[in-house]
Amino acid sequence: MLSLAGGREQVSVEGRTVREVIANLNRAHNGFRDRLCRDDKLKPTIAVVVDGEISSLGMRQKVSLESEVQFLPAMSGG
Amino acid sequence: MSNASKNGNGNGKYKVIGTRPIRHDGVDKVTGRAAYGIDTHLGGMLYGQILRSPHPYARIRGIDTSKAKALKGVRAVITAADLPPSEADEVLNLVEGSFRLKDLRSNILADEKVFYQGHSVAAVAATNLHIAEEALQLIEVDYEILPHVDDVVAAMRDDAPLLHEDLTTKEFGEDTGKNSNIASHIQFKLGDLEKGFAESDIIVEEEFETASVHQGYIESHNATAEWKTDGQLTVWTSTQGAFGVQKQTAAILGLPVSKVRVVPMEIGGGFGGKIPVYLAPQAAILSKKCGHPVKIVMTRADVFRSTGPTPSSYVKVKLGADNSGKLLAAQATIAFAAGAFPGSPVGAGAVCVLSCYAIPNGLVDGYDVVLNRPRSAAYRAPGSTQVNLAVETLMDEIAVKLGMDPIELRLLNAAEEGTRRVDGAVYPVVGCRETLEQTKVHEHYLAPLSGPHQGRGVATGFWMNAGLKSTVTANVNEDGTVNLMEGSTDIGGSRASIAMQFAEVLGLPAEAVNPMVGDTASVGYTELTGGSRVTFATGWAAYEAAQEVKKILIGKAALYWETTEDEVRFEEGDFVHSTDPEKRLTFKELAGHLVDLGGPVVGTGAVDPNSGVGGSFTTCIADVEVDPETGKIKILRFTMIQDAGTAIHPSYVEGQMQGGSVQGIGWALNEEYFYNEGRMQNASFLDYRIPTCLDVPMIETVIVEVPHPDHPFGVRGVGEASIAPPPAAIANAIYDAVGIRLHELPMRPDRVLAACLAKEEAEAATANG
Amino acid sequence: MNSKAHVKTTINGEEMEFLCEPRQSLLEVLRDDLGLTGTKEGCNDGNCGACSVIIDNVLVNACLVFAVEIQGCRVFTIEGLASPEGLHPLQQKFLENASLQCGICTPGFLVAAKALLDHNPDPTEHEVRHWLAGNLCRCTGYDKIVRAVLKAAEVGRETTAPAGSSN
Repeated sequence: MLSLAGGREQVSVEGRTVREVIANLNRAHNGFRDRLCRDDKLKPTIAVVVDGEISSLGMRQKVSLESEVQFLPAMSGG
Repeated sequence: MSNASKNGNGNGKYKVIGTRPIRHDGVDKVTGRAAYGIDTHLGGMLYGQILRSPHPYARIRGIDTSKAKALKGVRAVITAADLPPSEADEVLNLVEGSFRLKDLRSNILADEKVFYQGHSVAAVAATNLHIAEEALQLIEVDYEILPHVDDVVAAMRDDAPLLHEDLTTKEFGEDTGKNSNIASHIQFKLGDLEKGFAESDIIVEEEFETASVHQGYIESHNATAEWKTDGQLTVWTSTQGAFGVQKQTAAILGLPVSKVRVVPMEIGGGFGGKIPVYLAPQAAILSKKCGHPVKIVMTRADVFRSTGPTPSSYVKVKLGADNSGKLLAAQATIAFAAGAFPGSPVGAGAVCVLSCYAIPNGLVDGYDVVLNRPRSAAYRAPGSTQVNLAVETLMDEIAVKLGMDPIELRLLNAAEEGTRRVDGAVYPVVGCRETLEQTKVHEHYLAPLSGPHQGRGVATGFWMNAGLKSTVTANVNEDGTVNLMEGSTDIGGSRASIAMQFAEVLGLPAEAVNPMVGDTASVGYTELTGGSRVTFATGWAAYEAAQEVKKILIGKAALYWETTEDEVRFEEGDFVHSTDPEKRLTFKELAGHLVDLGGPVVGTGAVDPNSGVGGSFTTCIADVEVDPETGKIKILRFTMIQDAGTAIHPSYVEGQMQGGSVQGIGWALNEEYFYNEGRMQNASFLDYRIPTCLDVPMIETVIVEVPHPDHPFGVRGVGEASIAPPPAAIANAIYDAVGIRLHELPMRPDRVLAACLAKEEAEAATANG
Repeated sequence: MNSKAHVKTTINGEEMEFLCEPRQSLLEVLRDDLGLTGTKEGCNDGNCGACSVIIDNVLVNACLVFAVEIQGCRVFTIEGLASPEGLHPLQQKFLENASLQCGICTPGFLVAAKALLDHNPDPTEHEVRHWLAGNLCRCTGYDKIVRAVLKAAEVGRETTAPAGSSN
């Protein structure tokens, strides 16, 4: 992931949903979408965290202007 | 704090929540009437048994079942050939993770290879159990034995025997293309690690290993299946999640989920181990072949050898702090033995390892490693205990080196609202600091030790707790009671905690609510009982269902009084006419009028709440006595101080804390898979020794209640965190007692004794030299 | 192994007869043939105590007894603990003290605890722990089980003390 974003751990990007965020990231850093998604869905191994909260809405999760979006490995339950 | 709730008189804020009613399913369970999965009995039922591999790793050249099939009383024999073929990249997404379908099928009936001793190879159905057992001995399997690997570090080496030719290491969604037993590598990074260590005045670094341990539930795995001629399959089983069994069984058998109905029977313990499916598909295929229901109950030896233990682990941690004790940097490398197929909880371990503290600079690497042992499964706070031992032992080392009180050191660094965890998540309101503050003033922590070779240790632990989907449906009866159908299988008294949240909303006594666990055909979708989520999420669904019932009943009251809904208020459990205070109906009175007030009163709560990342923190205090002659550790006193959020039924909250504590004690001192040549040597409760009541003292508990900021009643979930810190607390107590540091679980007498002797020798050498 | 043995016995005070194979354990016959599934199977090798029953006043694991061995014996199982009048004090105290979580070990603990109190109506905590060490519980950490047994013993002494009977 880091290699794709030019080594940067944080990048600023626009978008109103996680889908748009990923699309814009992919425009700037080609290959990003393939790493995170399959068939317009987040890969099951990937979790998206928006403003500290793990989302169960995946690509449809809305984000706001100041939102922090993180992509993390999905956790197995207990 | 829960001072009032500890007395069972409610905590002042609520009427039902915080009290201790007798659980609704209690009488059935103390009289022997409750029907568990192993108690299932259907007319015409046949008995199934599973043939398992004696070898840790072998290629199956052929299986001859003809002699077994010829045995009188045998009705069917099946092998992997009876399963649908698998596509290489078919994946089944479950809440506990994503798994390749071919791996799930292989674990049910091995096709080309067996990957561990105990791997299921064939299954038999016969008219009784003894004939089925005899038939197993008549099945001839031609094995080509392969060189195996059963140690996590060895399995990671480039020259290790590879388990899966098509397995390549994945790094955060990227396929490295490298063939390896390392199924995945994950990494979390925060701040500037090098700078953090450079600025540190004190750096500690150690390697730790923990043995594989089993959940040790007392009821063996079981499944009874009936495949009817109309193509409908029904499965009765003990499971933590009926919908998960439905999904897994349907996928493994290649059926639509609508063809599979799963009836969750009472379940005799799970702790994560009853999430996977082990027997339902075999019972189903056998039933289809015989035209009878087939019941399979695993032997205890098979439970140990073939069902998911928690991974053994290698964990290396380095911590840096300044002279005040403030942590500046942390690095962790974690390798978990996933067993035969990928999917260990190393991701959770990587989150939990540094989760208790605010550390500005961190790096965590986690490796999921396959090897020739049974596929691992979740075990209470999966992944947290292994990593906790490392960090909490090193925290103790820092405290000793700086001459600090170990609780003060932890308070100085405690995670709190706004702390960014190494995985990037930022904590909302959490109770880490509160558990430490309660520990600091606890009578146990302040009491003097009373003899030689005694020591005291503390440790703090964390589990993240889950939210996930839950459904509850409430039906109001005309006598003022409510039937509550919920989808969460009840392992530890959760019927009561869900019913109580429902009752609280409507001002009912807990006894007026009759909670029942539904099957997959009778209740809305509900995820597994696990992740400390049931009281949180299913309780939330009960809250929503109660709100709907309330709304409907306000309408009924308005109809009864021939007024409008806005004229009706609900207060103190009564429905009241706003402008005519004479008109007041209790819930029961209003229910009694429902006959001619229109349609039924049914409320549903269907939720998918976000549990957030706050989870539950816990701190424990362990007093031990070391026998210097034998190395045996005796637990003298033990206290668990945990943030549960609001405690719904304090007795069962305490019960979770006590149960987790004793499982942690067992992990620390006794429990271990002994392997020799890839074969488990101690597959019985005699040789795999879980704690008995003679091994432990009373487990003291303090319920800390820092309410969850979003949950309607502030529930956090309490089921898991308590297992994480006991091994480290005991290790630190052993150091306090006799000055030795152990880096390997279990801390068996021979290891303790060897370390004591080594210390004596070293001291003698220093004195002489 | 086709010939079945005829066994005459008393279970929970009721005379009973059944046919069984010589290789069948008492546990198997109780559960599978007589429908008495309150006696639980945990390990089937004598190490967990879930199948505790009392035969002629001796606490045993039903999985380690052949069914044919109970010919002429008096067998007590969990199904005999409550009476039509109500629960046994042990059952009541287990409920009040939340001494069960999953409940699979509970019948075994109750039967074992009854055997203890029959022998020793005033046990110390250590005696309770020593006696019950043959029964495994994975859920509770034993704390609430031990407390319930001690409290049930108190009830037992209170109800028998006035008459001065030691039963």
